[in-house]
Formats: sequence, structure tokens, C-alpha cells
Amino acid sequence: MTVRVQAQDFDVGAEINAMRLSNPHIGAVVSFVGQVRDFNDGDGVSSMLLEHYPGMTEKSLGSIIERARAKWAIVDALIVHRVGDLKPLDQIVLVLIASAHRQDAFSACEFVMDYLKTEAPFWKKESTSSGERWVEAKGSDVDARQRWQQ
Amino acid sequence: MISLIKVLYFARLKESLNYSTEEMDLPADVLTIAQLKQYLALRGEAWANLFNGKQSIRAAINHALVENDAVIKNGDEVAFFPPVTGG
Repeated sequence: MTVRVQAQDFDVGAEINAMRLSNPHIGAVVSFVGQVRDFNDGDGVSSMLLEHYPGMTEKSLGSIIERARAKWAIVDALIVHRVGDLKPLDQIVLVLIASAHRQDAFSACEFVMDYLKTEAPFWKKESTSSGERWVEAKGSDVDARQRWQQ
Repeated sequence: MISLIKVLYFARLKESLNYSTEEMDLPADVLTIAQLKQYLALRGEAWANLFNGKQSIRAAINHALVENDAVIKNGDEVAFFPPVTGG
């Protein structure tokens, strides 16, 4: 189980291979990659600054993985989240979940992203055609997380 | 008894207040996150706008998300920030 917060880019293929080759009990690896869009709320986005809370961020992501492990049979998990200056097409986040059977990995990957979006202390500030602005949190992200609490 | 805490501000709060971190002697009648917010709101207009309860401000104590009724202890690291937007 690994969590990394970093400015530099990551190689999805290399990360998947490293995880899947580490343990022959793994039968499935599910990945999620988030990337910077060039539009948001009706405006073009030219760049984005990602701020975080060092110390809390790593703890928060680790705790999300632990909660996923309590619900599903996970062999390994990785979260890589970038911070600093990013532009459209840049990768922001990678979540990898490895399990013996695919359903655990699919569900756990969605669970991790839904909690990351609503609990992990990251904030986006985007440069748009209408100026700089902090991105507002979305109610739909809270709804997505709440489906796991039913 | 003096309660010395560290307070951190992030994102929009850090910019509006022009403040990222401070050490603070907690007044004896400030025991919870809700009371600390009320206390900070008295510092001036920018503070009042953020901490008067109309804006959604999240809090953490020692790196764990907490609600308004969480109790603050001597030596705690308290953080205030807007709802998160990562991923």
C-alpha cells in the first residue's frame, strides 16, 4: 500500500507493471487516471495550481486506502497525486487497486476516488479566460461518496 | 492555564487573510472549533467574512478532519480550509 504526493509526472504503464508483477495472487489491476481539463464551469482553463496540506494529505490518503481494505479483498493499492503547477492534458492523479478478482478492484477504485475527492486536503486554483479562481467543491462529489455509507 | 496552539490556513483562506500559519495563545473560553471560529471572526472584516458561519469552512486537528464541536487541546495543530477539490 503506497501513497505519494509529488510535483513530477508519473508513468502509468510502469506503475501498473510494478504492481502486477509484485505478487502472483493478483488477478486484476484497476486503474484510474485523472487529467487536467481545458474547460470548467463554462470557461477555458489554461493552467492550474494544486495546493495541499503536507502531512495531513498523506495521512488522509493512507486512511482512505485502509477503509477500502476493510471493505474489499485488496492485494495492493497505490495513490499518486500531483501538486504544483499543471496544465491541460497533464496527469493529476493515479489510483491503482490490485485484487485476486476484478470486482473488488473495480469497487475499491471508485471508493478511493470518491473519498479522495471529498476528504483529501487538495485545492485547485485555475487560470481561466475570466481570470484566476479557486475551484468550488461540487455537491455531486459529496453524493458520490455518500452512496458508500448506505 | 495557557493553551498554545498552531493554526494553519489554506487555499482561499490563506489568500484572503494573507496568513498561512500562526502560533496562538488560546483564550480560556475558547474550547472548541466553533468557538475558535467565533474568536477569529472578531479580528476584522476579512476574518469575519470567512468565519461568521456563512461560508463552508472545514477544520482539522492534528491532521484529522473534525466537526465544529471538536475540542482543542494544548499543543494541537488546527487547520482551516475550504471544502477540498483534489483529484
